[in-house]
Amino acid sequence: MNIVSLSNSYDADFVDEVEKESKQNVSLCYQCGNCTAGCPYTSFYDIPVSQIMRLVQAGQRETVLSCKSLWLCATCESCTTRCPNEIDVARIMDVLRHMARRAGKAPEPQVKTFTDSFLASVEKHGRVFEMGLMVSYMTKTGRLMTDSDLAPKILPKGKLAFTPHGIVGKQEVANIFKRYNEERDS
Amino acid sequence: MSSSLTFAYYPGCSGLGTSLEYDTSTRAICAALGVELVDIPDWSCCGSTPAHTVDHTLSSALSARNIAQAEELDVQGIITPCPSCLTNLKTASHRMEDEAFKEKVNKLLEKPVENKLPIMSVLQLLHEQVGVEKVAEKVVKPLEGLRLAPYYGCIMNRPPEVMNFDDCENPIAMDELMAALGADVAPFPLKVECCGASFGVARKDIVAKLSGKLLDAAEDVEAHAFVTACPLCQMNLDLRQSQVNSLTGSKHDMPVFYYTQLIGKALGLDAKSLQMDKLCVPPSKAFRKMEEAQQANAS
Ligand code: SF4
Ligand code: SF4
Repeated sequence: MNIVSLSNSYDADFVDEVEKESKQNVSLCYQCGNCTAGCPYTSFYDIPVSQIMRLVQAGQRETVLSCKSLWLCATCESCTTRCPNEIDVARIMDVLRHMARRAGKAPEPQVKTFTDSFLASVEKHGRVFEMGLMVSYMTKTGRLMTDSDLAPKILPKGKLAFTPHGIVGKQEVANIFKRYNEERDS
Repeated sequence: MSSSLTFAYYPGCSGLGTSLEYDTSTRAICAALGVELVDIPDWSCCGSTPAHTVDHTLSSALSARNIAQAEELDVQGIITPCPSCLTNLKTASHRMEDEAFKEKVNKLLEKPVENKLPIMSVLQLLHEQVGVEKVAEKVVKPLEGLRLAPYYGCIMNRPPEVMNFDDCENPIAMDELMAALGADVAPFPLKVECCGASFGVARKDIVAKLSGKLLDAAEDVEAHAFVTACPLCQMNLDLRQSQVNSLTGSKHDMPVFYYTQLIGKALGLDAKSLQMDKLCVPPSKAFRKMEEAQQANAS
């Protein structure tokens, strides 16, 4: 069991930032455990979602932003739907992941690479190019055999295009990313 | 307006690739049921899960570009077959009810969004606007004897205050539509459990465990097949069924239909628009069981 010294590591700014970005009041959580009970990913988590809520209340920035759970949450909305205090827990998980990214933390690098490859594909083509996404993911992770067992099942179906479905407004989409990056850096 | 039900249609990226058959069967049944679809001109990707895990303003802007494109059309609302696209479009629209947030989103866009159009899934449209009775009236080849496990996936109905459709723990829209086709709908306990979402690529072990549980449960209720409404769920259960089998040592062999394909079949639509041959686990086994049950009933 991990013992956290609350008085030494309490970071009040962290609590404020999470509340502001998620528009949720984290002090409403009374640790009933409903969110964890319904979380399909809890067996893969290093910290269960209700404990993440408690650690946020306790201002434990480092522990929370370093955990793997943030990257494995699928936003299935089970926690949000079942929280008796109407806390949008999934939104808090999303916001914590944004903060972890900004802090340069990604303890599940393959998940991050998949996300980044997906968005890069959208930025470039306006729509996601599934085949290109897989190639980019495999090159970046070095996992060249990813899903190669599925190729004989899916390729004969003629469902995967070998060239991107570009759109007329792809520059417009690229501009959304460009303005977003400028806003963020300013 | 040429038809009483005219909607802006957002196919979603998977509709061009891994869920081609969902897109074609959706278009075919909408035409057969008198719903006119106008494709959103030059639609772009909503960003799916990756976008909202990176930033909420960026994610909403990617959705909002499409809402703005739809606002130029003479339509009653926006519909999409894909629950992941639906979640992004609806969440963006919901959050943009806050004017300050809408302004932040509009700053990222070329053409500002008004955010006035209602947004719903094709399933909601069929259930609420077309109606189960109208679908039942059009059935020419009832699916009697086909026992289905109805699987909605996690986000079609949740969170309820954003999705505003059906029941968030025990949805019934697809059950009712399938029953209207004459199918035998099993009481499926994991209707809204997660299948492993988009972790198939990065963490196969997760999909094997979560989708494996769904496949086990469908066998427990003696279903001949799954019926789904989500391209990602369908892919995890169908295309990845072989991976689930090899990672968990199971021997599942369960066809996984889109509900639109089954509606189309009962409505007697042509094979070309239903594209049953695009499914990885061959559906013939389920139809054989259906025919056997029909023959047993007739004699
Ligand atoms: S369900 Fe809500 S109140 Fe209960 S532990 Fe989770 S966040 Fe806290
Ligand atoms: S949204 Fe994330 S934390 Fe909440 S139940 Fe689903 S996977 Fe677990």
